[in-house]
Amino acid sequence: MNDELLSRMAETLFWTGRYVERADDTARLVDVYVHRLLGDPGTQGAGSAVDCGPLFGILGVKPGEDTEPDVGVALFRLAYDATSPSAISGSVLAARAGARGIREVISSEMWECLNVAGHGLAGQRRAAERLGPHVYLRFIRERAALFFGLADSTMSHDDAWRFLVLGRSLERADMTARLLLARLPGPQEQGWPLLLHACGAYESFIRTHGWAAEPTKIAEFLLLDRLFPRSALHSLVTAEDCLMALNPGPVRIGMDDPARRPIGRLRTTLEYADPAQLPDQLPELLGELQQACVEACDAITKRYFQYEAPVTWERDG
Amino acid sequence: MADIFDGYRLAQAWDEMFAAPGKPRTPYDSLVSVLQPMDPAELRYRADQLARVFTDRGVTYDFAGEERPFPLDLIPRVIDAVEWDLVARGVRQRVLALEAFLADVYGAGRLFDDGVMPWRLIYTSPRFRREVADFAPPNGVRVHVAGIDLIRDEQGRFRVLEDNVRVPSGVSYVIENRLAMTRTFPALFAEQSVHRVDEYPSRLLAALRAAAPSGTADPCVVVLTPGVHNAAYFEHTLLARLMGVELVEGRDLFCSRNRVFVHTTRGSRPVDVIYRRVDDDFLDPLHFRPDSVIGCPGVINAARAGYVTIANAVGNGVADDKLVYTYIPDLIRYYLHEEPLLDNVESYRLDDPDVLAWALDSLDELVVKPVDGAGGSGIVIGPQATPAELAVLREQLITDPRGWMAQRPVALSTSPVLIGEGLAPRHIDLRPFAVNDGEDVWLLPGGLTRVALPEGELKVNSSQGGGSKDTWVLVGPQAAQPTPLPAAFPLLTPRATAAVATAIERQSGPDQ
Repeated sequence: MNDELLSRMAETLFWTGRYVERADDTARLVDVYVHRLLGDPGTQGAGSAVDCGPLFGILGVKPGEDTEPDVGVALFRLAYDATSPSAISGSVLAARAGARGIREVISSEMWECLNVAGHGLAGQRRAAERLGPHVYLRFIRERAALFFGLADSTMSHDDAWRFLVLGRSLERADMTARLLLARLPGPQEQGWPLLLHACGAYESFIRTHGWAAEPTKIAEFLLLDRLFPRSALHSLVTAEDCLMALNPGPVRIGMDDPARRPIGRLRTTLEYADPAQLPDQLPELLGELQQACVEACDAITKRYFQYEAPVTWERDG
Repeated sequence: MADIFDGYRLAQAWDEMFAAPGKPRTPYDSLVSVLQPMDPAELRYRADQLARVFTDRGVTYDFAGEERPFPLDLIPRVIDAVEWDLVARGVRQRVLALEAFLADVYGAGRLFDDGVMPWRLIYTSPRFRREVADFAPPNGVRVHVAGIDLIRDEQGRFRVLEDNVRVPSGVSYVIENRLAMTRTFPALFAEQSVHRVDEYPSRLLAALRAAAPSGTADPCVVVLTPGVHNAAYFEHTLLARLMGVELVEGRDLFCSRNRVFVHTTRGSRPVDVIYRRVDDDFLDPLHFRPDSVIGCPGVINAARAGYVTIANAVGNGVADDKLVYTYIPDLIRYYLHEEPLLDNVESYRLDDPDVLAWALDSLDELVVKPVDGAGGSGIVIGPQATPAELAVLREQLITDPRGWMAQRPVALSTSPVLIGEGLAPRHIDLRPFAVNDGEDVWLLPGGLTRVALPEGELKVNSSQGGGSKDTWVLVGPQAAQPTPLPAAFPLLTPRATAAVATAIERQSGPDQ
């Protein structure tokens, strides 16, 4: 039985999960943003002049000094930049570098999946420069889906797998909060559907709610839906399940896991939120959601990943 | 300077892109300037990518029993705002006239009393359905979706070639074509504003819901397909998916006490509106072909009892009759008191013995069509036909003059199409799609441009091995004002919007 897991392994698994999810989410967002605006007469001279400022806002990335945040800059800073862990390339490379160190914990198919992704970046970027960014972004989405599919089907659902899923869930909740915080620009009726597309939730949403695409319903779906796997609530429930399995905690009173506290609190808030009051509460909720993700991540780091005990020399006498 | 348009030789027809060799028409200016510096090999490469997108997404139609990707040409067809305005008004007018005509035919029959059209014409039409006579659909709409086929003649004027108000197909290709084009050729869209096409599913759903039997609070809409072997199955799935409604087959439905239900895992659920993509003939074995296994027995009675709406309405086929087509300009004047905005192609009614006699002498100069044909089948193009074919046709015309209609052959306009690594002119048409919700007739900006791929071929139907082009309607100067940002954005207060600027940086893991 592999009950124990090296802290270093756990941390790498956690971050591999986060980075792959981040690459996936960012690719979805950029794809939707760039391609939808291309086909939109509301944006004049659609091509390169599209203002991508909001994209940077959502992703918490600075566009860089002295540059207009147009499509070219956005694609470099958010997709092709291999040095930034917020860009797609950076996330994929970080995930690959991490996975390389835990090859004995994950299945070799998972490692190969990320390795192919890492090596494929340059070629896909060249193809994208010729054919447009969709080629590159689709490659990323497919790799991410393949990676998590393999994790589910070729890895024991043990603690190692839980750290991977925990990372993915926190990243997903964080991304949903970011997307909702920033309105995606576009003509009025386009903004909200874009948001659904960016979460891969469009078809699922209209099957559930039909075309009653009022903003409230969409925000509800992305935050509170219990069945849609990219909703904030669903992500938090998954994260909480992982934490609970990692450390069942005291049976009767109290909660000794500081990571579960922010997640659990927020999960409860969302679970029992009154949809009718959502419009009023949304800004606070989203702020809290982001905050909870940060706090949980810090607490998880402190509890499970503290393997670098400060090194000091023992002196005799 | 050598460029990709150098080898392009204009055909004996109106060319959509070039007024004269090397002189692009105005709407095409910026498209030509983007395409001109490109290497033919580059174009070929993109065209192959485009084909791959279609194969991957499963954008196919059924050709001779096999699933094939619908060939999409790389070079869009462009229509400017002014011309589109004419097309839109013309098609709207036609749809309204057809609605009035159908209401009259299945209602009072005023037009027969007034001598606008002989009654004989209707009762001899194989598409006339007595079963739905004296029955008015809930919101009066019979033509929920229309596909009016237009062509451009030798002088560049749009004319109506035929009307499709039964189950016009092809709209899925309009949506998929645009998606594939923005993905594989984003640079083309950089210089100009093109109307979006993805509004269609919501418009269609709104029209279908508006047509629900009165008193239905939240109507249940389904798309009825004949099944996976139908040529347009891909389209049925796409529409159901984009409208978020169920795609059903006849075996999923059943009728009980004049109501229609669908079988689900939680028992039966009532259905209010059926957007059927099944022909009248097969819809209800109780009334029409008794051997149909793809229909739903009892659905006509349910519709007559007012418990379910069938869209498009049963019996619309009578308006697609090619002989009725010849009367439509008169019908527009009769019902709407307007002059037709779009002309027909010059047509001849062969049920008149004098006209028939004349036509029989000039068969080699006419196009002859069966009145109830669809998909280009049965059409004989006189100038291209062999004497043997003409002899057969002659016999058929003499036996059944009511079954045929003759037209002047029109050289359809041409557009550059990528063949191998070069551009060559190919004939094209245009099928705009109109959706009628009872309040307004809305036109999908653009529509389906179909291409006859074999050289000189005039039949553009997909069942004749045709392809298609992405069709752009340019945004006019008025509409080109940037859309104002949403004023009412109830969910996000300025406070929340300000939060965007302060969105926190993403966390990152330890350096490797």
